[in-house]
Amino acid sequence: MNLLNFIVRRLLLMVLVLFGVLCIVFIIANVIPADPIGALLGGNAPPEVVDEYKKKLGLDKPLAERFVSYLLGVLRGDLGVSFRTNRPVLEDIKKFFPATMELAIAATILSVILGIWLGVASAVNRNKGIDHFARVFSILGVSMPVFWTGLLLLLIFYYKLDILPGPGRLDIFLTPPKRITGSIVIDSLLTGNWEALKNGLLHLIMPAFVLGYSATASIARITRASMLDVLRQEYITTARSKGLEERKVVRNHALRNALIPTVTIIGLTFGSLLEGAVLTETVFSWPGLGRYITNGYLVLDYPAVMGGTLYIAFIYSLVNLIVDIIYAFLDPRMRV
Amino acid sequence: MRILGIPVPESYKPMIEDLKHTMYLWRKSRLTMVGTIIVLAFLMVAIVAPFVAPYDPIEQNLKEKLLPPSREHLFGTDQFGRDIFSRVLYGSRIALWIILLVSLISGGVGTMIGVFSGYFGGIVDEILMRITDMFLAFPGLVLAMAFAAAMGPSLTNTIIAISLVYWTRYARLARAEAMRVKNMEYIEAEKAIGASHLRIIFLHVLPMCISPVLVQLTLRMGTIILTAAGLGFLGLGAQPPTPEWGAMVSDGRNYLVDQWWISTFPGLAIAIVVLGFNLLGDGIRDMLDPRLRR
Repeated sequence: MNLLNFIVRRLLLMVLVLFGVLCIVFIIANVIPADPIGALLGGNAPPEVVDEYKKKLGLDKPLAERFVSYLLGVLRGDLGVSFRTNRPVLEDIKKFFPATMELAIAATILSVILGIWLGVASAVNRNKGIDHFARVFSILGVSMPVFWTGLLLLLIFYYKLDILPGPGRLDIFLTPPKRITGSIVIDSLLTGNWEALKNGLLHLIMPAFVLGYSATASIARITRASMLDVLRQEYITTARSKGLEERKVVRNHALRNALIPTVTIIGLTFGSLLEGAVLTETVFSWPGLGRYITNGYLVLDYPAVMGGTLYIAFIYSLVNLIVDIIYAFLDPRMRV
Repeated sequence: MRILGIPVPESYKPMIEDLKHTMYLWRKSRLTMVGTIIVLAFLMVAIVAPFVAPYDPIEQNLKEKLLPPSREHLFGTDQFGRDIFSRVLYGSRIALWIILLVSLISGGVGTMIGVFSGYFGGIVDEILMRITDMFLAFPGLVLAMAFAAAMGPSLTNTIIAISLVYWTRYARLARAEAMRVKNMEYIEAEKAIGASHLRIIFLHVLPMCISPVLVQLTLRMGTIILTAAGLGFLGLGAQPPTPEWGAMVSDGRNYLVDQWWISTFPGLAIAIVVLGFNLLGDGIRDMLDPRLRR
């Protein structure tokens, strides 16, 4: 099967899956809660107020009708209006998502660099000091709860030592750069606002590290395993016996082939980043989509929650699709 | 070679020998042993918590609130004067309860769906696997949050929510195994003597699918604790005053600067227990890997 066929098939499948995702989200928000109005207004609101709210939110219509109208709305890009902020949910997502994206990308960059470096270093120096260190570092990364690591780092580096800035994306007294892409770093680069750039980057360090820690661990682990596999191959022995420098053998011959599994794991960890973002954003008061959804859940703001969850699932599926395509491109055996 | 006087082929490895080799591998890996010890200690603590905890985990004592760690209160006290050490001990029971039930529910549901899907194939398989894909399209915690919030946050609903998220992995595993098994000759023989589908599934296919699922379950136990603690931390899991570790970390957030111990110790408990499960899981995986085994 050629690559184009594969991509078309996967795209069709993704449309189907997204329809299912919409169904799940709709069921969660409309069928499972016994009494959304009661949850919204408190148990003993007068019946007239309850009826009025039902009408206002469209809850007096039959379920099927509500589903169809929500579906049509989503297709038109209308995700409803948030109870809490009183703005269209899509507007809110546009406002909050860039912050999440900035954090996730920073975490990815950090974890890819650190993870590949650790993985290669520990494979090359197998069973030596650095290998043991990397192993402990990795296993701690997947064991420590994200929110706890975040709190501890805040306590140490912000409250006690005061060498890194605290929660939020910028210091309060700093005027944020003009909003162009929604990413503080890119916007301040574009507007040449160096002070905001520096401050924004400093604010990114802790949350990006916390968020990227477990991803770093899994990338390091996969890179180490696949590097060890490749280093055993005969062409590496050939390269070495030609008298090639070990550094060149590692970088030019081994690493290239060893990185194929790493690409997949980077894609897969992006999903765990979205998951971790919910917790990291809560700890660091980061105004992103994860915190938007969490706050929505706590006050049962259903339109916001449905829209936000749908959007995250969409991004997650899209990233997985892209990873699959890259993988199919790198390795023809995967095109089935 | 002869075993009990009966001649056997040279390639035959007796089970005892194999078990001995496994024990040898287990002892040789120090990290696996550490993991085993941590997990055993966790189980012990969960069992004996009511007998060794010095204070009641729920009762408030406002005269002793926000005390730093001392001899009377090893981990200090929280804003309601509750002894954090006792609460952490009791928290292990909640964590264990969550792990057991989530493993049982998600493992059971996942295996059944996977076995049916793999055994029947065709349209049944197509439908069940597309449903699995739909659940996999969400990041785990986000979907668990949605279920937990919709059902109302509580310990029971945390367990249901996490199970609803994690069954997919076991379904895929069991499906692959069922597909492999269903074409084997002994299944054909079963069919030939007229066994019903249900009989074949429950007596002959299902038992073959259980061991890979069990291995996977042990590997995932750390993740289950982390997800439950995450829900608790966000306020969507077990509700106060339940001594759930994630919720306890969240309790201490407002006191982080001056009363660091409120958040630190429950978080440390999560980290240590998850570390134990991860080390043990890694060890089990290494022991089962035939390339590392010999």
